Amino acid sequence: MSIKMPAPDETVLARRGEIVAAMRAIVPGEGVIDKADELRPYESDALTAYRQPPMVVVLPETTGQVAAILRWCHANRVKVVPRGAGTSLSGGALPLADGVLLGMARFNRILDVDYADRLVVVQPGVTNLAITRAVEDDGFYYAPDPSSQIACTIGGNVAENSGGVHCLKYGLTTNNVLGVEFVTIEGEVLRVGGRGLEPAGLDLLGVIVGSEGLLGVVTEVTVRILPRPETARALLIGFPEVEGAGRCVADVIAAGIIPAGMEMMDKPAVHAAEAFVQVGYPLDVEALLIVELDGPAAECSHLLEEVETIARANGAVSIRISTDDAERVAFWAGRKAAFPAAGRLAPDYLCMDGTIPRRRLPDVLARMRALSEQYGLGVINVFHAGDGNLHPLILYDANKPGELEQAEAFGADILRLCVEVGGVLTGEHGVGVEKRDLMPVMFSEIDLAQQQRVKCAFDPELLLNPGKMFPELHRCAELGRMHVHRGALPFPDLPRF
Amino acid sequence: MADPIRPDSADALATIIADAASDGTRLRLRGGGSKDAIGAPTPEARIVDMRGFSGVVDYDPPELVLTVKAGTPLAEIQALVADHGQMLAFDPFDHGAMLGCADGEATIGGIVAAGVAGPTRVSRGAARDHLLGFVGVSGRGERFVAGAKVVKNVTGYDLSKLVTGSWGRLVAITEVTLKVLPAPRLQRTLGVAGLDPAAAISAMARAMGSAAEVSAAAHLQDWNGAPLTAIRLDGFPSSVEARAAIITALIDGVAPVADEEAARLWPAITTAAPLPTDVPLWRIVAPAARMPDVIAAVGGRWLLDWAGGLLWLASTDDAQAIRAAAMQAGGHAMLVRADAETRAAVPALHPQPKALATLEERVRRAFDPAGVFETGRF
Ligand SMILES: Cc1cc2nc3c(=O)[nH]c(=O)nc-3n(C[C@H](O)[C@H](O)[C@H](O)COP(=O)(O)OP(=O)(O)OC[C@H]3O[C@@H](n4cnc5c(N)ncnc54)[C@H](O)[C@@H]3O)c2cc1C
Ligand SMILES: Cc1cc2nc3c(=O)[nH]c(=O)nc-3n(C[C@H](O)[C@H](O)[C@H](O)COP(=O)(O)OP(=O)(O)OC[C@H]3O[C@@H](n4cnc5c(N)ncnc54)[C@H](O)[C@@H]3O)c2cc1C
Repeated sequence: MSIKMPAPDETVLARRGEIVAAMRAIVPGEGVIDKADELRPYESDALTAYRQPPMVVVLPETTGQVAAILRWCHANRVKVVPRGAGTSLSGGALPLADGVLLGMARFNRILDVDYADRLVVVQPGVTNLAITRAVEDDGFYYAPDPSSQIACTIGGNVAENSGGVHCLKYGLTTNNVLGVEFVTIEGEVLRVGGRGLEPAGLDLLGVIVGSEGLLGVVTEVTVRILPRPETARALLIGFPEVEGAGRCVADVIAAGIIPAGMEMMDKPAVHAAEAFVQVGYPLDVEALLIVELDGPAAECSHLLEEVETIARANGAVSIRISTDDAERVAFWAGRKAAFPAAGRLAPDYLCMDGTIPRRRLPDVLARMRALSEQYGLGVINVFHAGDGNLHPLILYDANKPGELEQAEAFGADILRLCVEVGGVLTGEHGVGVEKRDLMPVMFSEIDLAQQQRVKCAFDPELLLNPGKMFPELHRCAELGRMHVHRGALPFPDLPRF
Repeated sequence: MADPIRPDSADALATIIADAASDGTRLRLRGGGSKDAIGAPTPEARIVDMRGFSGVVDYDPPELVLTVKAGTPLAEIQALVADHGQMLAFDPFDHGAMLGCADGEATIGGIVAAGVAGPTRVSRGAARDHLLGFVGVSGRGERFVAGAKVVKNVTGYDLSKLVTGSWGRLVAITEVTLKVLPAPRLQRTLGVAGLDPAAAISAMARAMGSAAEVSAAAHLQDWNGAPLTAIRLDGFPSSVEARAAIITALIDGVAPVADEEAARLWPAITTAAPLPTDVPLWRIVAPAARMPDVIAAVGGRWLLDWAGGLLWLASTDDAQAIRAAAMQAGGHAMLVRADAETRAAVPALHPQPKALATLEERVRRAFDPAGVFETGRF
């Protein structure tokens, strides 16, 4: 564990009894957990290399309770870490030794389904898949589909601005959320957006989505739902070299086609997946592409032909087209099993999440292979090819001394490489703890200070989920100061508006 | 009033803003000035003309990413992407004419700052959904970068969303990176005449909820002398045909609208052109299913876009009454066009509940602590 969390405040630790009692006064019964063995399930999220039992877990059921908890914690200067299902891969829900872990799992009700305006209102602890389940019999679905969708909550999706294989065509969480109710650390219950298509005033909704639990606790979410496309079909295309696969992706888009999904796997990933699920992936190719097209049957068959022609022109050696839905699902099965497949290759793996301009793919994969040799650690690559979002899985064994640190250093080098070629540190998993200290690779001190001032506008005491996203949390008063310009005092009075 | 200042480098702009913060000058950022007639008049503010920041920085069509300086004319950008069979998918449109100015003046920075969204808002989103990153100078006089130049990114706060629709009150934007998309090969419009607002909204909802992948749906109170409900399908020809068949089976009395007529219809909807220009113009956003209530509660001429989720209303009704009707339906109302006297008295943006207004103000101070960009316009 090379990334350090802020040192716990001894005075807060000493007040543990009083804090637990205060929480019990707000949430009765089983809703407050303080026994060491019962805290253990909450000690990490899906970034399992980092573990820290919280001081206490609180599981509220109503917005009123959330507001009371936050108001009390704010008044008493106690830190709060929100948690959904704990599937974050970036350590976003990692607890603090001196903090309250605010579990939102009991907010699990679907409040309203509205087909006239095509939206669903849910509590934040509802799982991503449960939204689709609630509307699929009527021919609708919720588009963003993270691979973790059976488990992850919509509140976590909002906090991480999660994506999925369909987000090239249908957008990330942020493009599919119409409104939220959230509670500020001061205990104020606010609504931004709603059932209309555009919020009034500043787009605070847009900045709350993706804020990783640092700006407020989301207590209700309104999402847009879409009618299920008439048909969906997929192609499974093998290439003898990565370059051809990369060119094929670019040519598909240049032809004006935005597939519902376009995923790439490198040779090691193909082998690992095939060994795990046996769906008939070709084993002699360097890159495998899955392209899914959806829409009316006429559109699908037309586009399948176009994509096939483009694939052949770029040297594809094997092409299969799904003839029924079972076959389409089989094409995806290997890709969707990439994580558990990696789990069979090594005891542990780290999942990275950088995005690059697609044109740099061959170059980046080659350099990744060189790094793999340098660190002596295996890496397999699955890749949202349509939008350039890489998911290298770094294989390691946490029981071998030093190997986690090596894996982390390897991962950091990959992310630096992503930024160097014009990309970013994270495409959908969030910064959290994992990428926090790499933020200066992408942003200057001034850029980061400006982001942190937004944090200060919502949470001036820095009590909500500290230790995540920002490499260094500056005191808000310090950030608010303006440099005195040319000896003159800053404009003193408050503006008219 | 002093002449506009026209910086052409981020450094020069930063100095102007820092100086203004020191001596208490308010700055009004201007692109093409096509929206000058929105909001309260601001005689005291110094105008900063952003058109010195002009030109394409980077455009690689297969990456679906375009980076341009903020003062670049919209028309120039649209011509460039059209040459590559692409488009700005949020339907940006030059509203100069609607507000009594010349066309062709709108800049991409102004479009982003106004948070524009045309008829395809219902299918492809608004400017907020397509701004990937930007460079700008804050009210502190500091140049900073937010977001990125790739289509998928969640690194740090999504400040691009905040800046979109911020009306020049957070940041002077100098450069924007936008997602572009392939332009559809074919557009076809189907229409049904004579529906009342409730029937039209229900028909549009059925179309939107079908597998026809509707790109845009609007309802005009009066087009060629009768109400018209219009549904647009964009895409590959074979697909558009199949989807037109779905709509035809779904909605009674629907018939194709001739291409030449459709080519006039959609720009007219985008700019609310059929409405009278000598009365105040309101832009009301609310859930479509509630919009018939709004229409029943107000007087004036109107048209509906966004499958009924956007109401353009030309009305002499009392501003309070219009805003109350919008709120009653779970929406809000912006005053887009009015004479200077009305604009001085009625805020252009819909007033927010107090707690939210306080938070908004704190967010604005996070970018602009001295209020350099608070001209009193909004
Ligand atoms: C096997 C696997 C596959 C995955 N695949 C994908 C994928 O395809 N795409 C993708 O984008 N992600 C993926 N993820 C990552 C993860 O599932 C998402 O980030 C998800 O959104 C987290 O949801 P959660 O409910 O588990 O949140 P948690 O992990 O509990 O929390 C995540 C963050 O959200 C905050 N948070 C949670 N609830 C709230 C709330 N109500 N209010 C405010 N803040 C809150 C937390 O503080 C934390 O910062 C995957 C994870 C795993 C383990
Ligand atoms: C209610 C409404 C709805 C509209 N709907 C649509 C639509 O659906 N489709 C469409 O295409 N257009 C729409 N427009 C028009 C759109 O707003 C203008 O086309 C665009 O703002 C014109 O750009 P401009 O350069 O002339 O801006 P200006 O009139 O100069 O400025 C507009 C606003 O942006 C700010 N601004 C300008 N440049 C910058 C910059 N570089 N940095 C920071 N702030 C800046 C200004 O301070 C001002 O607040 C709409 C306008 C309004 C008012």
